[in-house]
Amino acid sequence: MTNVLRQTLANLPYLAIVAIMALLPLVISNQYYIQVLIFIGIYIILALSLNLLNGYVGLLSIGHAAFYGIGAYASAKLVMEAGLPFPLAMLGAGVVAGVFGYLIAKPTLRLSGIYMTMATLGFNMILFLVLQNWMSFTNGPLGIMDIPSPSIFGYAIESLLQYYYLIFFLVLLTIVSMQRLMSCRFGRALVSIRENELAAEATGVNTTKYKIQAFVLAAFYAGIAGSYYAHFVKFVSPDSFYIYESFILLAMLAFGGQGNLAGPVVGAAVLIIIPEVFRFMQEYRMLVYGGILVVMMLVRRQGLLGGRNYSLRLPWFDDQQKTIYTRGDKFLPEDDT
Amino acid sequence: MDIQILFEQLINGITQGSVYALLALGFTMIFGTLRMVTFAHGEVYMIGAYVGFEVIRLLHPSFFLALGVALAATALLGIAIEILAFHFLRDAPHATSLLVTIGISILLVNLAQLIWGPETQSLPYSLLDKMDYGEIQIGGIYISYLQMTVLGVTVLLMALLYILINKTKLGMVIRATAQDYEAAYAMGVGVNGIFMVAFAIGSMLGGVAGVLVGVYYNLFYPTMGGLYGLKAFSASVVGGLTSLPGAVVAGLIIGIVETFSVEFGASNFRHLFSFLFMILILLFRPGGLFGGRELIQARGD
Repeated sequence: MTNVLRQTLANLPYLAIVAIMALLPLVISNQYYIQVLIFIGIYIILALSLNLLNGYVGLLSIGHAAFYGIGAYASAKLVMEAGLPFPLAMLGAGVVAGVFGYLIAKPTLRLSGIYMTMATLGFNMILFLVLQNWMSFTNGPLGIMDIPSPSIFGYAIESLLQYYYLIFFLVLLTIVSMQRLMSCRFGRALVSIRENELAAEATGVNTTKYKIQAFVLAAFYAGIAGSYYAHFVKFVSPDSFYIYESFILLAMLAFGGQGNLAGPVVGAAVLIIIPEVFRFMQEYRMLVYGGILVVMMLVRRQGLLGGRNYSLRLPWFDDQQKTIYTRGDKFLPEDDT
Repeated sequence: MDIQILFEQLINGITQGSVYALLALGFTMIFGTLRMVTFAHGEVYMIGAYVGFEVIRLLHPSFFLALGVALAATALLGIAIEILAFHFLRDAPHATSLLVTIGISILLVNLAQLIWGPETQSLPYSLLDKMDYGEIQIGGIYISYLQMTVLGVTVLLMALLYILINKTKLGMVIRATAQDYEAAYAMGVGVNGIFMVAFAIGSMLGGVAGVLVGVYYNLFYPTMGGLYGLKAFSASVVGGLTSLPGAVVAGLIIGIVETFSVEFGASNFRHLFSFLFMILILLFRPGGLFGGRELIQARGD
């Protein structure tokens, strides 16, 4: 009992943050701030899903917005044309994105990492061009309009506050599920692949299988975020899923740091807030993202919070905390990075 | 279909393809030597185009003066990118340099937007008239002087590049560095300088392509490098990433296929072909069109 108490105390900062985030929209009367918070939520899920690949497995995906887009279009189509209820459509969007992820990952992950990087880029471009030109299915550059607002088992979500709590719930679900994933065999296998692929293979990790699983999983999370985006903005167009969107995600990881769960969250939050604060440079927000990419890589390569593990302790699941190796751990040989 | 139109389309396709080939050669030059991918190449091309635009507009309406100034400007830009993205990060993982080049490409697009504005600009016709804009007729097929200039410059540059790489001492040193930069370093090659030279040459090819396309279509806009750069990049992948002839052939194929896809009514999807080719090549023949048996391993990956 005291053990549980102690571990709860150790988690107090996280619990406090969750409590503050849960109560925040009740205090804020400005709708605009809540909208910004919702976008931060969407990007937290996206950054975390990309982090699964770039941070944990050490693969570099530079076309992640493709899966975000697939999720958004799939969800819109499933609700509007197949008539599925929102929760099923959201799940379906994730699954569709995951299937596409499998199709990309399966053939390219046999090869060395750079090929997968190029394939993700090519896939992002192909998806954008298909979305823009397949008039009969995607309505081309005009996009799909009037996407219905979500209703979960008859409970309609219409106000910004309700939207906020939905994304809040999704973000919490993402963080907790990723934390669980990363502290089981799957997560440790991924980290071992990042640290030393040869050694991982030698100790019995089926590296290709785990890489494909990680890729599909990342695509699934991105698809979920896309589904939420479609039903929140109620409008999807190809422009929202151009490679620049992928680059923004990369900038978030570069800024916040990758390989743990805190970095992408911080990166997403800061990089969404910066252009909102400096409204006068709204038009040149990409300038900020580009600058952050260059400066962070040159000055602090691992990002603000990168290079270590911020363990979230969940006494309700774990008997004892298992350590996750991160780069620079004293048990690992110093590599030249 | 009329055989003459077919031929004219073929010439159009070759013109388009030769520009892709030039850009792809730049990619191949850079990847071949540094074993690193750059994503700022399309933006180097865009800057080259704008430099040419300003030279023709402000200085003198001469195509070749524009080419010369653009060459110098993009060579300098290439060296700057090399220093920023690769020189300082020589020991870092491949991903780090890649991210820096992505950042630089975003920065360059936005800087161009700040300087020249986001709208499309064109050269006034009064200036264009001073340059040769005629066309000749060979057996009923019309070829414009401009097309011939584009083709001529491209072929000339490819020949120069071939001689440089295969026949000169500098070329030998570049090839040695490309093969094994550590061994080359041990043999007394100033590897850092060679990386810079290779990057500058690659960027110059990109800059020339920018001037050629800019004047050919007479359209200049800040995002003109995005799609072109990515297409040329896929051409370079199709060609095998390290093979210079492969890059040329792949560029030409993509240009011709694109032009004919417009002719045969698939104009909406013409941009798709290069990326489809790239994915297909990655799936079935990752060594590229003429690729060797061994997989190309990116350094530090």
